[in-house]
Amino acid sequence: MNVYPTKLKEIINTISMFKDQNDRINVLIDYAEKYKEVPVNIAVRPYANEHKVEYCESEAYVWAKKNNDGTIKLYFAVENPQGVSAKALCSILDEGLSGETPESILSVKPDIVLEIFGQSLSMGKNLGLTGIVQMVHRFIKSGR
Amino acid sequence: MSEFINRGYIHHNVLVSTDWLLEHINDENIRIVESNEDALLYPSGHIPGAVQVDWTADLNHPVMRDYLFRDNFEELMKRNGISNDTTVIFYGDKNNWWACYALWIFQLYGHNNVKIMDGGRLKWIKENKPLTKDIPSYEVAEYKAKIRDDSEIRAFRDDVLAHISQGLPLIDVRSPEEFSGQRLHMPDYPNEGALRGGHIPGAANIPWARAINPDDGTFKTAEELKAIYEGEKNLHKDDDIIAYCRIGERSSHTWFVLTYLLGYDNVKNYDGSWTEWGNLVGVPIDK
Repeated sequence: MNVYPTKLKEIINTISMFKDQNDRINVLIDYAEKYKEVPVNIAVRPYANEHKVEYCESEAYVWAKKNNDGTIKLYFAVENPQGVSAKALCSILDEGLSGETPESILSVKPDIVLEIFGQSLSMGKNLGLTGIVQMVHRFIKSGR
Repeated sequence: MSEFINRGYIHHNVLVSTDWLLEHINDENIRIVESNEDALLYPSGHIPGAVQVDWTADLNHPVMRDYLFRDNFEELMKRNGISNDTTVIFYGDKNNWWACYALWIFQLYGHNNVKIMDGGRLKWIKENKPLTKDIPSYEVAEYKAKIRDDSEIRAFRDDVLAHISQGLPLIDVRSPEEFSGQRLHMPDYPNEGALRGGHIPGAANIPWARAINPDDGTFKTAEELKAIYEGEKNLHKDDDIIAYCRIGERSSHTWFVLTYLLGYDNVKNYDGSWTEWGNLVGVPIDK
């Protein structure tokens, strides 16, 4: 059983309450609709390739910035307008992990995508979405 | 439709335009089917009246690496209100690649009354045509599927081996990086599910999306397509061709282009593709 930071745990618990797949999908779409693109004071197009998530067909980009108190603020961009799942995940990661410490964020394993989206994810989709979480880890580990 | 005749396609009736579909959205003898890679897309908004056919949940067999069986196909058709004489019009994301994949599978069961909406979701949305989150409900239809015939448009690994030995044309529709066996992955990051990188010996690399105008997702004209497949790669209308990619989804798009838009008579899709060939014991690869 994975242990998640409090806000992320609340989100996962909410999603898990919906046993019907259609209800779960609607919750995820709500998150996708709340997705906020990286602000221009952090990054502008064209986004640097080093922030691009490889294997993510939705052209997702990740930034992780350290706040003055040592916590992390995550930012995302999803360039494919049809990347609804990627937008949902980015929105959940921002809401659930921004404001947490690096150690706390690194404790969240990439397989969280299966808890969020269910076990029926296709291999390609799984690779792209777990790649977003891996990219968050990568930037936090590198201290950038 | 004159625009598709003007583009020079051999089987121009296999396409409908976004404008035509908007006018015929309530026709009783058609069923609009959306098929996407992203399972959240359809519920986030779709063409009014469209049903969803999901490639993993609906078209794949749950435990075998194969497509759904005949009784499951009949059930799928019945519950979506599709009878044997219903015209099924597919559209979807990623320039209709999943739509072409679904269309190809429908044809394995002999449902040949199928069309693609040119431009797919991208064009429909760019034109600000209506979307809805309402899931339609249709009266259960009568449907009797033919016995699945894999011989005409589907290739298996033994067919590919025979193809290689006879020097017949193969098309690898993946990206140049996948074709060459390069890996573009992060440390500790899994690759795409094959043990080896490269391509099937003798295959020509023609990425599937070259058939598409990227701005609106529509198919290129027949002349433009011929310049790619015939001008650059010396393929011919009468060639016996096998197309493949990673799992057969992108190559079904190329199969559609060659079969319908250019009128090639003998094109098969190898759905085992690189996830089978790249892991298969005792078969050669090239890099």
